Amino acid sequence: MACHRVPLVLLACGSFNPITNQHMRLFELARDHMHSTGQYQVVGGIVSPVGDGYGKQGLVLAQHRSAMAKLALQSSDWVTVDEWESQQADWTETVVTMRYHYGRILKEYEQSTGKHKHSIGNTSPLSSPYPQLKLLCGADFLNTFQIPGLWLDDHVEEVAGHFGLICVSRGGLHPERAVAMSDTLSRHSQNIFLVREWVRNETSATKVRQALRQGLSVKYLIPDSVIEYIHQHNLYTEESERRNKGTVLRPLAKLAQQPMQSLDD
Amino acid sequence: MDGQNLTKVVLLACGSFNPITNMHLRMFELARDHLEDTGQYRVMKGIISPVGDAYKKKGLIEARHRLEMARLSTDSSDWITFDPWESLQPEWVETAKVVRHYYKEMLEAEQNTDDVDTVKHAKKRRIEENRFGGSSHHKKDGLQLMLLCGADVLESFGVPNLWKQEDIVEIVGRYGLVCVTRSGSDPHKFIHQSDMLWKYRQNIHVVCEWVTNEISATQVRRSLRRGRSVRYLLPDSVVHYIQEHGLYSTESEQKNAGVVLAPLQRYTDVASS
Repeated sequence: MACHRVPLVLLACGSFNPITNQHMRLFELARDHMHSTGQYQVVGGIVSPVGDGYGKQGLVLAQHRSAMAKLALQSSDWVTVDEWESQQADWTETVVTMRYHYGRILKEYEQSTGKHKHSIGNTSPLSSPYPQLKLLCGADFLNTFQIPGLWLDDHVEEVAGHFGLICVSRGGLHPERAVAMSDTLSRHSQNIFLVREWVRNETSATKVRQALRQGLSVKYLIPDSVIEYIHQHNLYTEESERRNKGTVLRPLAKLAQQPMQSLDD
Repeated sequence: MDGQNLTKVVLLACGSFNPITNMHLRMFELARDHLEDTGQYRVMKGIISPVGDAYKKKGLIEARHRLEMARLSTDSSDWITFDPWESLQPEWVETAKVVRHYYKEMLEAEQNTDDVDTVKHAKKRRIEENRFGGSSHHKKDGLQLMLLCGADVLESFGVPNLWKQEDIVEIVGRYGLVCVTRSGSDPHKFIHQSDMLWKYRQNIHVVCEWVTNEISATQVRRSLRRGRSVRYLLPDSVVHYIQEHGLYSTESEQKNAGVVLAPLQRYTDVASS
């Protein structure tokens, strides 16, 4: 029954440049899937837009990306937008964002149940299990673990092992392969939930931006309120797409600045 | 670009819309973008015409619900609308008849409009030729009605007893077809393989979806039966309506099970009589 289920919060990190119906579908699909395992009760969803420091080409200001996400999620009763990550001075590793949110979730939980994680209480652990936070992503995200220098091994271990991943497969991508090709991911395969999206819906933000530049309609791919916002602020032009062109992605630059670390290990 | 020389177009989409999805609505947007991009057309209006209950398709829920969902979903559009005429007819109506009906309406509406420009700069009028002959195109006064559909509908032209040959000739020959490709279909190949479609290929506009969007109403109904979320596949207002009225269950999917589809019934009867 519900009291034995683990309360679960889903966290999606990404550019959300802009947010699309497909992003919001990820949450719906993930929630349905985790509920169907019988072990989880999804209690919340968080959209965490990446900071401007990420340096990805075509990335418009975080204030816009957050505003659009908030408009899109206005009608959702369980998914919210959090700006902590985008407000940090420098680009923040996913695992750091996860630790931050988990800290908040845990605090809230302990305050509401009066329990402390390390106390030897008389309450049965089964009646009110501790909440969990898992990273929600698309299948293409799993492949990024393979890109040299983009992820620290320890971080992959923490994200997959300690927290857990929920990966919604898109189109022709095969997430099982990405898991099989990585020793770390394979080791934690029981904590990596693969959700198959049978309705092929390849609304990528990249294509949406391209359509906007070309004056094509994106109605029914992204919420009307977001379309309106984009037009009002004239986001997504040839110029905006050239932003950060030639810049090294921040995570890669950051890692390159610490050449000695791996030798010390 | 001289606006006076643009052909004004009304797009008509017939179908079950059981239920209407974002993909149906996208079809209109894609078709409009495509036609206007040619520099020859100006799309004025889109009409969603849900089929009547007499179509007898398996799982087809009552027209009144399908109409209401079409209404809710087009609320936010300033050019796409819905029309109950077809669904209100007592018997199933052939698509060609529906096309004729809306073409007539379109002409009447245009005549009633005080459009001085159309009168002054009327396109050269084509004399109406023999009904089934030549390439006589219903393009009076720079107005055209085109049937909007997915590639699956185009390919259904090949299904025995589903369409009357004369109807297909009329639709593609005299009106026009805008066909939005769905992944897995190759409309160009299908057109090439049909002599009749090949003949009228100029009237068939193939639109490539730049975003693969396979939101099929069948899968939506399946998800609903299984208690899965269909949010963001359909407009929110439609999702709410479905929930409020408890539409789409195992039971509703069994409706018309074993019943012969109206066109098959009609054309088979004719063939055997």
